[in-house]
Amino acid sequence: MKDVATIRRRGRWLAGTSVLFLCAWVLGPIYLLFLNALSTPGDVAMFPKRWLPSFDFENLRFFVGFEGVLGALGNSALVATLTMVLSIGLGAPAGYALSRFEFRGKGTFRLLVLMTRAFPLPLLALPLAVLFIRVGLDDSPVGLALVHTTLALPFAVLITFSLFAGVPVELEEASWTLGCTRLQGLRKVILPLVLPGIAASAIFAFVISWNEVFAASVLTVQHRTLPAFLLQSLDVSPLNLKFAGGAVLVVPALIFIFAVRKYLFAMWGIANR
Amino acid sequence: MASPDLASGGRTASKAIPAMLAGGLPYLLLLPATSFLAIFFLYPFGLVAWEAFSGAGGLTLAHFQTMAGNWKFPQAVRITLLLALAVVPLQTVLALAMAVLVTKLRQGRDLVLYVFTIPLGVSDLAAGLIWLAIFDQTGFLNSALYALGVIDAPVIWLGYQSKGVIFAAVMLAEIWRATAIMLVILVSGLGLIPKEYGEAAEVFGAGPWQRFRRITLPMLRPSLQTALILRTILAFEVFAVVATLGGTNLPVLMGETYHWQFDLQDGHVAAALAMMILAISIVFTLVFLRVLRVPKGAGV
Repeated sequence: MKDVATIRRRGRWLAGTSVLFLCAWVLGPIYLLFLNALSTPGDVAMFPKRWLPSFDFENLRFFVGFEGVLGALGNSALVATLTMVLSIGLGAPAGYALSRFEFRGKGTFRLLVLMTRAFPLPLLALPLAVLFIRVGLDDSPVGLALVHTTLALPFAVLITFSLFAGVPVELEEASWTLGCTRLQGLRKVILPLVLPGIAASAIFAFVISWNEVFAASVLTVQHRTLPAFLLQSLDVSPLNLKFAGGAVLVVPALIFIFAVRKYLFAMWGIANR
Repeated sequence: MASPDLASGGRTASKAIPAMLAGGLPYLLLLPATSFLAIFFLYPFGLVAWEAFSGAGGLTLAHFQTMAGNWKFPQAVRITLLLALAVVPLQTVLALAMAVLVTKLRQGRDLVLYVFTIPLGVSDLAAGLIWLAIFDQTGFLNSALYALGVIDAPVIWLGYQSKGVIFAAVMLAEIWRATAIMLVILVSGLGLIPKEYGEAAEVFGAGPWQRFRRITLPMLRPSLQTALILRTILAFEVFAVVATLGGTNLPVLMGETYHWQFDLQDGHVAAALAMMILAISIVFTLVFLRVLRVPKGAGV
């Protein structure tokens, strides 16, 4: 039996080291980006590099003061917020309907939603660029948010579907027997239960839009979002600007993923069924 | 919105309310999302197709000929496919290993899961910049090699002559960034597998590897399918990582689409390229649906 114990111990040791190694593999590159962002412009160009940041904010100050950066940040936040509102506003009712009713066309609708996942969606920005000029939505945060919503909507539908499906119908029925209308029951019983999950899927929609670069570059000219701005200035901007921009792009995403970490797995678990 | 017959319909014992009793409500609820997808997904999809096949004198394949005649096109196709072929299998194995490791953890499971999923929030552009900080001439790779005494002076890794190194850098960045999405799907898939199956197999003397091969892997098939389809489609859309690390030195399909649309101002050829990417995506989706199909009634 000693052999088994040794093998067990070795196995655990191996698993432990693998986990540590994988954590380092994920966190190391992010550390290096922040190292660059929090160093002086001189440090960024220096060789060989130092491995600890000097906690100098000149890089970030230079980035924020750079022509167009603040506007781009504002546009990014605006487009992402619009995307968030649109995708939840359109997706949540659909998710509710899918979770509560059996009706003809349900399968077709689910297929339509899943189909969007099998399509390189950012490419849709190409024809929409022309269309938006005709209706006056070109180079506008609203136009871009509409395209980003096609990216985020399928997730919003599937996530809210799984959220509503997780609340027993009996709770809703109980509220009706106590005299609530469907709307009241929804507002007073169901909504408080699913609100954290809805918030999580809203944040997910925000991150999708915040990170998207292809459609943003295609659809905006003057009102660039931060990723589009960074992509556009790749060839001309100095290294310290790129790294500061990269860090600014990453920070909100880190916070958001932390906020929704509990829901990430729940939503995929149901979506697979 | 709620009508009296709705409330009475709700009292039926069935879990989902039959459509007859619900009336038009489900359709009303689906209407916003459906019309949105019709306008912003189906319609532009039609427009891309029309743009790709239409010319001055009706339908034409001329744009596809222009596309294929461009000297960069064969390269772009080859590199995009090679990248997907190099990245996706590695990623699948890595994501599987990470998922199994995480579920086996006794302590710190949530923390490790959070760390593993961090790249999920990192955009492809930011991932490209992160790896640029490493592979740049004055970057961290050179610094480390210099400190170890391997090199005497900084090496230009991402120069236009070293396509192989750029390819490897893009590979690393893609594996670093996009394994998280597969991991999330696989971890939630693992959560759906009842523990009893594994326990039963253990009783009958199956070792850990056998249990993984004979139980976990087959039961994980639906999740594996979703993960592979999603990830492969994203791999064909690779764009910003390549733009940051390779500039125009490493042509890929999405980058060429952007190039035709903006630098060459030819929307027709850009649309033709879009159709190409779409066609490849659909072919691979169908392959995964077929190869990893779940037998009827065999789901969890």
